[in-house]
Amino acid sequence: MTKALPANLEQIEVNLKKLTNQRTRSSLLGIAILILIFFGGTLVSLEANAGSFGRGIANFFNYPRDLFVDTFEMGWKYWPRVIKYIPELIITLNIALFSTSIGFVLAVIFAIFSSRNLIRNKRVIQFTKFFMDVTRSFPTLIIAMVFLYLMGKSSLPAVIAITIHTAGALGKLFTEAIENCDGKPIEGLSSVGATWTQKIRFSVLPQVLPLFLSYGILRLEINVRESTILGFVGAGGIGEMLAALIQWNYGADVLACMFLLVGTIIALDYLSAYWRHKLIGANQ
Amino acid sequence: MSSSLAIQRENIRKLFPDTFNQARKSRLRGQIIFFLVLVYLIVGFFTLDVVDIPKKWKPQNAAMFVLDTYAHKDHVTMKWENHEDIKIAFEGNYRSVYGRDNLDKSIPDWFYKNSDKVGNVVEFNNKGKAILYKDKVEIVNFPKYERDFTIKLNSNGKPYLVGSEDLVIEDLKGFRITENRVEFRPTLYERIQVYPKKVEIHRYSIGWKYFWFDFSSPLEPYTFFEALGLTFSKERVVPEMSNLKLFLTEIKDNEAFMHGRVWWAMLETIVMAVLGTMFATVMALPLSFLAAYNVTPIKALRFTLRRLFDTLRGIDFLIWSLIFLRAFGPGPFTGIFAIGFTDTGTLGKLYSEAIENTEKKQQEGVKSTGASKFLQHRFGIIPQILPIFVSQSLYYLESNTRGAVIIGAMGAGGIGLQFLGALGTGNDFENVAYMAILVLAVVIFMDRLSAWLRRILIGSDQLIVR
Repeated sequence: MTKALPANLEQIEVNLKKLTNQRTRSSLLGIAILILIFFGGTLVSLEANAGSFGRGIANFFNYPRDLFVDTFEMGWKYWPRVIKYIPELIITLNIALFSTSIGFVLAVIFAIFSSRNLIRNKRVIQFTKFFMDVTRSFPTLIIAMVFLYLMGKSSLPAVIAITIHTAGALGKLFTEAIENCDGKPIEGLSSVGATWTQKIRFSVLPQVLPLFLSYGILRLEINVRESTILGFVGAGGIGEMLAALIQWNYGADVLACMFLLVGTIIALDYLSAYWRHKLIGANQ
Repeated sequence: MSSSLAIQRENIRKLFPDTFNQARKSRLRGQIIFFLVLVYLIVGFFTLDVVDIPKKWKPQNAAMFVLDTYAHKDHVTMKWENHEDIKIAFEGNYRSVYGRDNLDKSIPDWFYKNSDKVGNVVEFNNKGKAILYKDKVEIVNFPKYERDFTIKLNSNGKPYLVGSEDLVIEDLKGFRITENRVEFRPTLYERIQVYPKKVEIHRYSIGWKYFWFDFSSPLEPYTFFEALGLTFSKERVVPEMSNLKLFLTEIKDNEAFMHGRVWWAMLETIVMAVLGTMFATVMALPLSFLAAYNVTPIKALRFTLRRLFDTLRGIDFLIWSLIFLRAFGPGPFTGIFAIGFTDTGTLGKLYSEAIENTEKKQQEGVKSTGASKFLQHRFGIIPQILPIFVSQSLYYLESNTRGAVIIGAMGAGGIGLQFLGALGTGNDFENVAYMAILVLAVVIFMDRLSAWLRRILIGSDQLIVR
């Protein structure tokens, strides 16, 4: 029962060898580039860093240890401190929630105007996409710093910065969602003479809303982190408190703020995974 | 006809009562949620002082800020006690004075002797002139102003506008007169201030002057392309070094825009992002295998690793960078490790989920050939997840570039800190704009680079999740 060998077996083998060699070559090239980047980057870091690498590693645990020692010395008096910073945490959460909501609405508007299946005019699409690219690419910190300079200390610069960034970031994801949605319901509504707004309301929106909400919840989680960071440069909330406490070297209070933050972020993480799972039946 | 349609509709309603009631119920739920969101937005509107925006927004400050990002100004200063000693300085900097020292920096052509051979004229871009005399300043020829003005010092040595009592308010727009100062600012681009001791004139022009070569550079008389052309000629501009070297050092050491320092800072930021992402990928790769149930049978280990990922991610990079800042001091190491630790958590979670979602058939196929456990994973799992790994890591590279700017601003150095410094000086807004544009360009470049790499490595630039 010998099977007849294909006539061009040799040719196949030669080709296979060629492909394998090519693959090996490009893998090696990729690895070489990565190693080059690694060493180049390390050289730059060693040149630019104030302290040496070795001493840094050795000192790594000093600061956390100091914080914990401070906390431990306080004993039971510690817990009221943790509670004391909850109002600050609420300010931070409020900033994040409010700017995510406004940014969400803006993102929906942007997404409608940059989706190929809803808008015919190419210019409008290109312009909206470019606009979203720009708003998305600015780090929130830069926008917030400029507005902080112009408006003085308050939470508003953080709200403005996060709203702008959220509108761009969510807008891009929403656009993809709308463009990937099923075209049949739109056609169906067109056939019965629905207007443009009716088509969006009754065919696009029901398809994409769960996805939108899921992305929005994910954004909310990111924005809580962002608003903490912006607090650090002067936008209020627990971030600003933390910055001040670090400056004064109040170890126990620093740790209290950190605990609150980490607890909130982890809780939000689980909560958002749960909500998103409920919304789209998978945690994408 | 229509009545029969209505009857049919009623029949359908009766046949499927659950369907219709449910629709109404879910609609009601949607409305309640919408209402609650609206209530929250109104509450947020007031608790976050959004209503205060008009009060806090100072248009004058914003206008000055924007003006300074795209324009530059020259200061002309005359002391009353010696009216012939007039100093013209770029941005009022004492090191950038025209027509002084041996710099051979000629007086700009908008400053000249008046036709009466007595006064000195400062001509603005809108053809308006300020003529400086021994005892007065004449403001002539301004468009949209019917008449000329004269500002003198009175017997007490205080400045006043001659004949101001005859003027109507319409003529006086652009003037701001206080006891010790008369200021004339018809538009943002011209500003004349008269004090008891001196006269100071700010003359704005559009553009970033001295962007390539600074005020005292020997190459300053040339434009960028002229200077580039000079690098090919043998005749040296300065005897000490070749033209090419001069060209490069002059750009690098530019005092106004500090290209050398800014670009080095940008490099630091990019290094933080790239090495941080590499660090996270290298750490997350083995850990994610250990945290996946189809690779690791030990439940306790998986549970521990999962919680480790959550903790690493939960301790945001803000807190990580605070801890590392104490250990490593300001510099890229802080950023690399802060990004690396946070993203080890994020990537570890994503990777292990990807491993758990792999197709089992391929692994079984490899197993059927009698391969060892290791080989099963190598040929059964890795080929499936490699595109996801690459896609995820590259996706995080872009967002980490933005993160690195932020960590830099919190003290780790790099472009973030430079930006903060420039904003803090309060008058180098062209540098602020320059760095903002640079950051924007680099972030967009990283975005495109990672999309391009994803395309050539895995054939799709969309983020693959599973």
